[in-house]
Amino acid sequence: MLARHYIGESWKHGLLIIGALIVLIPFYMMVSMSLKSQQEIQSISGGLVGAQEIQTFPVCTKHGYTEEVCTMRPYKYNFWFAFKKAPIPRYLMNGLIVTVSIFLIQVLIALPCSYALAKLRFKGREFVFSMVLFCLLIPVHAIALPLYVMLAKAGLVDTYAALIIPWTISVFGIFLMRQFFMTVPDELIDAARMDGMGEYSIVWKVMLPVAIPALLAFAIFSVVAHWNDYFWPRIVITGNRDLFTPPLGIREFRGGIDSDEFGPMMASIVTVTVPLIVAFIIAQKRFVEGITMTGMK
Amino acid sequence: MGTISLNNINKSFGSTKVLKQLSLDIQDGEFLTLVGPSGCGKSTLLKIIAGLEQQNSGDVIIDDKNVNSTRASKRDLAMVFQSYALYPHLTVRKNLETPLKLRDYSFVERLPLIGNFVPSRKEKKKSIDDLVFKTSETLKITELLDRKPGQLSGGQRQRAALGRAMVREPVAFLMDEPLSNLDAALRVHMRSELSELHNSLKTTFIYVTHDQAEALTMSTRMAVMIDGELLQLDTPSEVYNNPSSLRVAEFVGSPKINTFDAEIRSDGFAEFNGIRLEKKFNTNSQKALVAVRPEHLEITKDSNKPAFEAKVSYKENLGSDIFYHVQVDQSDSKIIVRGSPQAGLISNGETIKISPSHSEAMLFEISGERIR
Repeated sequence: MLARHYIGESWKHGLLIIGALIVLIPFYMMVSMSLKSQQEIQSISGGLVGAQEIQTFPVCTKHGYTEEVCTMRPYKYNFWFAFKKAPIPRYLMNGLIVTVSIFLIQVLIALPCSYALAKLRFKGREFVFSMVLFCLLIPVHAIALPLYVMLAKAGLVDTYAALIIPWTISVFGIFLMRQFFMTVPDELIDAARMDGMGEYSIVWKVMLPVAIPALLAFAIFSVVAHWNDYFWPRIVITGNRDLFTPPLGIREFRGGIDSDEFGPMMASIVTVTVPLIVAFIIAQKRFVEGITMTGMK
Repeated sequence: MGTISLNNINKSFGSTKVLKQLSLDIQDGEFLTLVGPSGCGKSTLLKIIAGLEQQNSGDVIIDDKNVNSTRASKRDLAMVFQSYALYPHLTVRKNLETPLKLRDYSFVERLPLIGNFVPSRKEKKKSIDDLVFKTSETLKITELLDRKPGQLSGGQRQRAALGRAMVREPVAFLMDEPLSNLDAALRVHMRSELSELHNSLKTTFIYVTHDQAEALTMSTRMAVMIDGELLQLDTPSEVYNNPSSLRVAEFVGSPKINTFDAEIRSDGFAEFNGIRLEKKFNTNSQKALVAVRPEHLEITKDSNKPAFEAKVSYKENLGSDIFYHVQVDQSDSKIIVRGSPQAGLISNGETIKISPSHSEAMLFEISGERIR
C-alpha cells in the first residue's frame, strides 16, 4: 500500500525533475563553459569547473598581448578576455539605461491611463478599453518596419531614443494595472478626494503605493523582455557600438578569427544574465511582501 | 455652524432614478440618520452632500452657501467610510496628517525635500502634530499612531478612520455605514461611543445605515428613505410610534409590524378577524389595513376580552422576550406576537387567544397612507 503510494507520487516528481532539467541544463552548460578551458569544452571533459590548469592562451597572444600576460587559469582568462574584447560594462550600462527608462516611462503613462479606465466614469470608456485589448493582439514584428521608417525620418536611428520610444506605451501594462485598480475599493479614492487630493495626486500618492505588488510583476515582465530583446536593437542600432545593448554585445563574440573560442563568449553571457537573476531574486522577496500587504479591505 | 439643506435633489444613473425630488433640512449639531433598505439611495444622497457625486438637479446648501459647484475637499466636510478607506501604505499618524497637510500646506510646502526649507512649514507642522495628538488622545489610539492599518483590528481601524475625519474639525461628519464591518458586540459598543463623541463634539453628524437599531438608538432625528424618496423625518420614537405610512411602519421595528385586512363598517369603526377596534377613523374607504406591533398584541386567557385564535407554529426565545410566530385561524396570514417568559410556556402547535391593544393599533389605506 505504502510502496504503491510512493510509486504513484514518484512518477509525478520524475516528470517535474525532467522538466526542471530541460530548463536548467543550458544554464549549467553556460556557467560550466565560462569556467573551463577551450580544450576541456571541446572534449566535453572536466565536469563543472574543469582542471583549472595555468596555461597560455593562443587567441590572447594573437591579439598582441605578451605571453606573460596571457598565462593564467582558464576561469580568470575567460572573464578577463571577455571584458578585454568587448566593452561589456558599457553594454550593461546601455541595457540598464534602456530598460529603466522604458519601465519608468511605461509606468508614467500606464498608471494614469489605467486609473482612468478603472475608476473614472466617462463616455466611451468601454470602447477605449476594448481598443487597449485590441492592441494587445498586434505583434511587434508586424509594425517593426513602419516604426523603423518613422524613426529614420525623425533622424533617431542610432540613438537611445530609438531603443526607448517605441516601448513607452505598454498596452499590457495598462491592461494589467487596470485589472489591479478594479480591485481597489472606490471608497479609498473617495476618501482621498475628501482629503483634498486632485486626480493626479490620487494616482501618484494613493494608487501607486497600493499598486506596488502589481507594478513589481509588471517590472519583471518589462525589464526581462527589454533586457533580452535582440530583435529591436538589431534593427535601430546599425553601427554605433557605444549604443549596443547586452544581447547585441554578445553578438560581438560571434564571427572573426577566434569565433570558436567559447570560454570568453560564455563568460560574457554569464555577465549579462547575472544582473537579471539578481534583480529577480530581490524583486521576488519584495513581491511576496507586497502580496501580504493587507489592510485595504 | 453646520446646517445643511437639500432642495429638490434628483439623481439618476442611466435610466434608473435613484433620488426623486428629495428635500431635507439638517440642523446644526444634529445627529441625523438616513435609514432605509439597501438600494434606497441613502449612500448616493450622502455622496451628493459630500460632493463626490453630482446631482442631476437640485441644490445642496451648507451654512447658507450653495455648494453645487464646490469641490468635495472645499466643502469642509469629513467622511467615514464602511471599509474605513485608510491609506494602507501609511501609518495611522500619516493617515491623520494627510487631510491637514493637504488643507494647510501651500503647494511649495508640500513638496518633498524642498518643503522642509520653507520657514512657515515648521509652525504649521507643529499645529498639525498637536491636533493629531489631541485627536488620538480623544479616541485612545495614541499608542497605535506608528502602526499601519494592516496591523490594526477592525475596531482600531474604525477609530483611526474616525480620527482622520475628526482632525479636520469639519462643519459636519458624514458616515456611510461605519459600523457594519464590525462584529456584533463591538458594534453595540461603538454605537454608544459615537453617541458620546457626538455629545462632546456638538458637530452635525449625518449617518447612513440600513440597520434600524442604529438609527433608533443614536439619532436625534431619523430620515426614513425608501426607493429614493424621503418618507418620514422625525425623532426615532415618533417614527416608531407614529409612522406616516405603512412602508415606514414595516421598515422600522423588529420583528416586523403585523398587518391584517380590515373592513370599515358604516359607523366608521374598523373590524378585523372579528374584532371591532374601539377607535374611530376618518376615512371613506371600505377596506383598509390594520397594523399592530408584536408588543401590542397580548396573549390572553380572559374570555371577556375581544380576541382571535391562532396556532403557534414557531417560537423565538430571546431570553428577555419570546416571539411567537402564529398562524391565524380564519386566514392564511402569519403574524408575530411578543410574549414574556414569565407568562408560562406555550408549546408549538398550541392554540392561543390574541387580543390587540386598541389604542396602539394603526390603520392604513390599502395604498399605504396612514388613516388617523
